Amino acid sequence: MFMLSVTSHTVNAAQVQESVLENGLKVLLLEDHKSPAVTFQVWYRVGARNEKDGKSGLAHFLEHMMFKGTPSTGPEEYSRIIAKNGGRSNAFTSSDVTVYFATMSREKIGIELELEADRMANALLGEKYFEPEKKVIQEERRLRTDDNPASALGEVTSAIAYMIHPYRRPVVGWMEDIQHLVRQDLVDFYKLYYAPNNAFIVLVGDFSAEEMLPKIKAAFGKIPRGPEPPRVDIEEPEQRGERRLIYKKEAELPLVLSFYHAPNLKSPDSFALDLLTVVLAGGKSSRLYHDLVYQKRLVRGIDADYSGISVDPAGLSIYAQLLPGIEPATVEREIERGLEKVKAELISERELQKAKNQVEAAFVFAQDSIFGQAMKIGYYEAVGGWRQMDDYLPGIRKVTREDVRRVARLYLDPDRRTVGTLIPTKEKPQ
Amino acid sequence: MKKSLWCALALLISTRSVSPASAAMVSKRTVLDNGIVLLTSEQRALPMVTIELLIDAGSRNEPVNQAGLANLTSQLLTHGTQKRSATEISETLDFMGASLSTAAGEDVATVSMTILKKDLASGLELLADILTHSNFPQPEIDRQKQAVIASIRAREEDPGSVAEKAFAAALFPKSPYGRPVEGTQSSVKGLQQKALQEFFTRNYRPNRTIIAVVGDVAEQEIAQALSRDMKNWTKGTPAAKPTAPAEIGKAQNVEVNKDLTQANIVLGHNGVARGNPDYYAVQVMNYILGGGGFSSRAMDSIRNERGLAYSVYSYFSAEKSHGSFQFVMQTKNETAFEAIQIAKEEMRRMRERPVTDQELNDAKDYLIGSFPLRFDTNRKVAGFLAQVEYYELGLDYPDRYASLVRKVTGDDVLRVAKQYLHPEELITVIVANQKETGQKK
Repeated sequence: MFMLSVTSHTVNAAQVQESVLENGLKVLLLEDHKSPAVTFQVWYRVGARNEKDGKSGLAHFLEHMMFKGTPSTGPEEYSRIIAKNGGRSNAFTSSDVTVYFATMSREKIGIELELEADRMANALLGEKYFEPEKKVIQEERRLRTDDNPASALGEVTSAIAYMIHPYRRPVVGWMEDIQHLVRQDLVDFYKLYYAPNNAFIVLVGDFSAEEMLPKIKAAFGKIPRGPEPPRVDIEEPEQRGERRLIYKKEAELPLVLSFYHAPNLKSPDSFALDLLTVVLAGGKSSRLYHDLVYQKRLVRGIDADYSGISVDPAGLSIYAQLLPGIEPATVEREIERGLEKVKAELISERELQKAKNQVEAAFVFAQDSIFGQAMKIGYYEAVGGWRQMDDYLPGIRKVTREDVRRVARLYLDPDRRTVGTLIPTKEKPQ
Repeated sequence: MKKSLWCALALLISTRSVSPASAAMVSKRTVLDNGIVLLTSEQRALPMVTIELLIDAGSRNEPVNQAGLANLTSQLLTHGTQKRSATEISETLDFMGASLSTAAGEDVATVSMTILKKDLASGLELLADILTHSNFPQPEIDRQKQAVIASIRAREEDPGSVAEKAFAAALFPKSPYGRPVEGTQSSVKGLQQKALQEFFTRNYRPNRTIIAVVGDVAEQEIAQALSRDMKNWTKGTPAAKPTAPAEIGKAQNVEVNKDLTQANIVLGHNGVARGNPDYYAVQVMNYILGGGGFSSRAMDSIRNERGLAYSVYSYFSAEKSHGSFQFVMQTKNETAFEAIQIAKEEMRRMRERPVTDQELNDAKDYLIGSFPLRFDTNRKVAGFLAQVEYYELGLDYPDRYASLVRKVTGDDVLRVAKQYLHPEELITVIVANQKETGQKK
């Protein structure tokens, strides 16, 4: 909700092959011959996190403009070339990363390789396309945030949960900031962050690593190393006391969102935090779901998300959409009761085992998709190194009931939470 | 924040009715004694199994005055059998880390399960239990009614869904294809236990069911297990063929006023059924018009040139008995009518002038070349196999697909554009702040 986050865990890191080109570009290859396709992804270690105040939306705007051509490829031609070669391509921006990707047959993936290498070095970001694309992005913001009650609530809740850390900014950018961005902002950002030494490549699928690596070297090896990009070292000061906000908008059902600051996967607590969210809201038999959806019939649905895969400490959030006629205060009180219980008493052995089973099954299911596997490798690499993937299941298996209670006590602290409530307004003239 | 939402949408829509080819996908078809059509594809790479059921138990089978009955029945399948309570069912599934979901459409209901290989026997036993012994306890009915009503309310805050619903109602009046599968708040309130039981008993029958099983299990093993677990599931009345809506809505404007920053626009009209021989030519034509993502004319003129929309696409949804055409976009309220004019202009252009050879070839190359990507996971293979059976495409469909698309000519594209695109007879749905669109005084 606050960033793109991955919910399930995949891939055996032992099978990943790492190489680093002389210009600093890291290449991660994973052969998987289940289906006749290859996913190729270029990850830039830059996102909304690297923006300055007043320039929100810059990383995402640049992502859009990366499709506007190079000296050898016309505007939007990239997508056409991939499509006519039977591929699917796209890109996304998060707080931490900007990622470009295509999935194609093994015979055709070389085309994607050449095109990505070209735009890593030669994107034109043409002036002529800047203003129309700005409008497109404003439409994107209207579609995804302004007219979407859950996104709108998430955006303002993040803005209040963080005071100085850049995670307080929406990835798409504030409308006002988008309006004021100029092309030179993009050019500067591109020069600073789009370099081989600030990027890495992930390839998963039906290819031979032995054949692929020389092709990647040939395409990307000639791109010169760039300057070392500035580091973002902003630590959010400790929250001392609950923050609350109300957001009013035309909608049907109220929403309640509680965000608690929590560490990322660099902390050993992240395994227990993952299991805690499963115990709370993973599946219909989980505590909060069973209690609030099934027994008390207060909410339509309830989710608990913990995004450990983030470059800086992120959070654990609990999100509920209320049933008609239910008061947000009632729901908050019942959620709080559930959280107090998990802090006061140990969960049962069976609950712990059930949560672990769910995580392990999800781990297997996630390997069904080569794209999903590539995403997993990429996120781990972006945050703490892909080798940490192998720590995941052993880390989960070691978690005890005491660990779950301890992290619940430590992180589900009302003084370190932000509660956002969406109150529907009705102004239907018809 | 993905560059394009539409892309995911368009792909999802196209996989519903069209489909894939691949050497990796060896599949078998068997008819069990009780009439179940079983499709299997053995995939040993991962210790998991995906099961997809299509049951002829969609809302077209419900009485007109019981709108929402098929959906509520489907929702209740995981909420109690003669020997398991709803809580026991969810506890069992969660403990295995398995997923089991149910849904209803107009034509068919679906049940989808993904489970680890080691739990397959327990999973199948549970699946058989809910298909044969669901007992619809009153407290569970009350809960699910409340949930469905809340879901109807929640859909109201999604402008895209509101537009979609208004379009279907205008295009197919008095038809199950024009009514929301969920029913209305009042129709759902009125549904009774007896009606649910009857609907279940009548429609959830093996000879109305297709089961696709993909994963770490042999065909024989799964056939034996299903024959054993579902031996008490007996044949019922065979399903009647879906019938096309008797009445097609005329061109009209439908305006829904909401406090939104964007106008959510659906333009469209009647389309083609899946079995129509022009289906492939229509797919190629639509790819060029608005189905082809960043390669489409709609994307070029509405998004790239003018910056009017983030998401713009068109599609022909082809069902067994009928179909529809929709051109969908969102633009700020103020530019709603400008965008509609351009959309119509693009439809006219498709009808008036042949497409270029490059457009034609690019479209065909994409459709053929990307075909294997449509089943690059076990889950997609399972969905695909079930669809192939339902639409009677034949298991050799993956091998035939390329030639079906390859033989579409430029003349075909022009012909089907003239025949199936009607820019002067559109149903125009606009969900927007109507004051700002400038049409409402």
